[in-house]
Amino acid sequence: MGRFVDLTLAGLTSGAVYAAVALALVLIWRSTRIVNFAQGGMLMITTFIAYTIISHGGSYWLALIVAVLSGLVLGAVVERVLVRPVENRSPLDAVVVTFGLLVLLQGAAGMLFGGTPRSYPPAFGIAGFQAGGRQLLFAPNDLWVVLVVLAVMAGLALVFRKTSFGLRMRATAFAPEVARLLGVRVGRMLTLGWALAAAVGAVAGVLIAPSTFVSPTAFDAVLVFGFTAAVIGGLDSPPGAVVGGLALGIVLSYVAGYLGSDIVTLASLVVLIAVLMVRPQGLFGTAKGRQV
Amino acid sequence: MTALASAAPLRLWRQSTLVRHLTWSVLGLVVLYFVSTSLDAFANLQLAQICYTAIATAGLTVLSGLSGQISLGHGAFVAVGAYTTAVLLEHLQWPLALVLLGSVVVGGALGCLVGVAAARLRGPYLAGATLALAVGLPSLADYHGLRDLLGGANGLIVTSEPPPLSLGESFPLERWQAWICGLCLVITLFLLSNLASSRLGRDMRLVREDEQAAALSGVHVARTQIVTFGISAAFAGLAGGLFAIVNSLAAPGAFTLALSLSLLTAAVVGGLGSLAGAVYGAVIVTLLPNWTADLAQRANLPRAIYANIPLVLYGLVLIVVIVVFPGGIQSGVRKLGALLRPARSGRPQENRQET
Repeated sequence: MGRFVDLTLAGLTSGAVYAAVALALVLIWRSTRIVNFAQGGMLMITTFIAYTIISHGGSYWLALIVAVLSGLVLGAVVERVLVRPVENRSPLDAVVVTFGLLVLLQGAAGMLFGGTPRSYPPAFGIAGFQAGGRQLLFAPNDLWVVLVVLAVMAGLALVFRKTSFGLRMRATAFAPEVARLLGVRVGRMLTLGWALAAAVGAVAGVLIAPSTFVSPTAFDAVLVFGFTAAVIGGLDSPPGAVVGGLALGIVLSYVAGYLGSDIVTLASLVVLIAVLMVRPQGLFGTAKGRQV
Repeated sequence: MTALASAAPLRLWRQSTLVRHLTWSVLGLVVLYFVSTSLDAFANLQLAQICYTAIATAGLTVLSGLSGQISLGHGAFVAVGAYTTAVLLEHLQWPLALVLLGSVVVGGALGCLVGVAAARLRGPYLAGATLALAVGLPSLADYHGLRDLLGGANGLIVTSEPPPLSLGESFPLERWQAWICGLCLVITLFLLSNLASSRLGRDMRLVREDEQAAALSGVHVARTQIVTFGISAAFAGLAGGLFAIVNSLAAPGAFTLALSLSLLTAAVVGGLGSLAGAVYGAVIVTLLPNWTADLAQRANLPRAIYANIPLVLYGLVLIVVIVVFPGGIQSGVRKLGALLRPARSGRPQENRQET
């Protein structure tokens, strides 16, 4: 029983991070109908930037802020330079371009930082809380991870629902032509959408770095989990991304705990295919989004 | 009389794709023979690598170019083929031809399995699922239940058969391996080019262009997609078997995401949908890492830099080709060919776009 509770708590923590990555993918999918396969590479680069600051004596907080800012810039540049030309072409083209960007970033990171995994310091302690005379597998740093992800989600929801900027973003995502006629600068909104998504990804990278280490390929699996979480929730739905991320985190934690950690990525593939077989539009998605 | 005698084979050549493909295959074998006997051992090894890469790329080309499905995870099927060969050769000592056939069958079977899911997934969904396969499958080798069979993280050593004694005592092993891989490549291209011009190939193109129209005209869409995936993965499996023999190894570290990526790069650079393009692409992605490593060593660059040059180049090339030059090399070759023979432009264009 204690093990089950531990695995559930550990799953919630990692699930929160998958939810953040999924949220970044959903933001991009909603506005441009592109799955950003470079997401893992982009958050790897921003995490390396944060790592550089820390290894030069900077604080955790400075590193986090710089990671978010560099994510904003990176996302905007990527949308303007690479994604704009393929935005209205066949989905295959966008897949290949973002996949190309993923390895371009991995290669560049390998050149700059080498392939050895580096450890990244956590924000708070990693010794588990005490409860009922035993130590839980849930530490202050895990609480921090969950709280940050929740805050990011609440913040995004607030921006989208309550501000005129959010209204323009939603208009762009749902009906770009109508939005353009009504005076929304659609191109700028798309750039901002990518920037925002990359910033959310940057937060996720810094949060998960202490448990995965930082290396050019360390976040391949995180990208797969984020994608799976986004699809489970329905690629169109931000709340779906959150629920999908948490559910996937818990399921994968059980798989790792009871079956073995080597097959976690394969387990996520099984979950992905199972969900798509039963509900191709995801748990929260609308059927219209997947009509062929 | 002489005019008649020479006209008959020409007519046969024009009318029968089978004859055309057979002629090309025989020509290919002759060229491979002369190239391999004039090359040194290292170059023969590269030739073998080009051949198995081209086999996997050709399979991917049929999948993406003909039926419009994408796979970011074809390296996973290569891995399956390599492990199948390693197990059959090391544990069971089957003869080589049977071993390779085994890799084809196992790769194809897994491909059909994935194809069942793939038939329900579209575009980015399929890309994501195959990406998960590429990232997840190699870790299976280190799973505790399979560690004894598959050798864990260190993988399995493959001792490939020496060249037959009838070729002479000092016949170089590398040339023998280049022959095996070259023969397999020619057979692969022969089979796939016939497939492309067959009824199944036409069905695949229909499915790619418009699934609903294909279904309305009596094509079984899902079955076509599953079969295509199976065929494509079967050839990736064959490539994996050859990989294991040439490199004497099947290990998880050999089948990274970068391998899947290099196959996709080869297919895209050569020109998606063109088997000839698959060969050009395979030549480029095989030789590129060697060239850059040579250059980097001469310039005394640190290892971290030159080890990553191929990755950076793959990424750049993928992006630039898709954005600027979507047809790849083969469309350039075709344009050049059209420029060189303006006289034949009056002839009605045959539907040879995709072969």
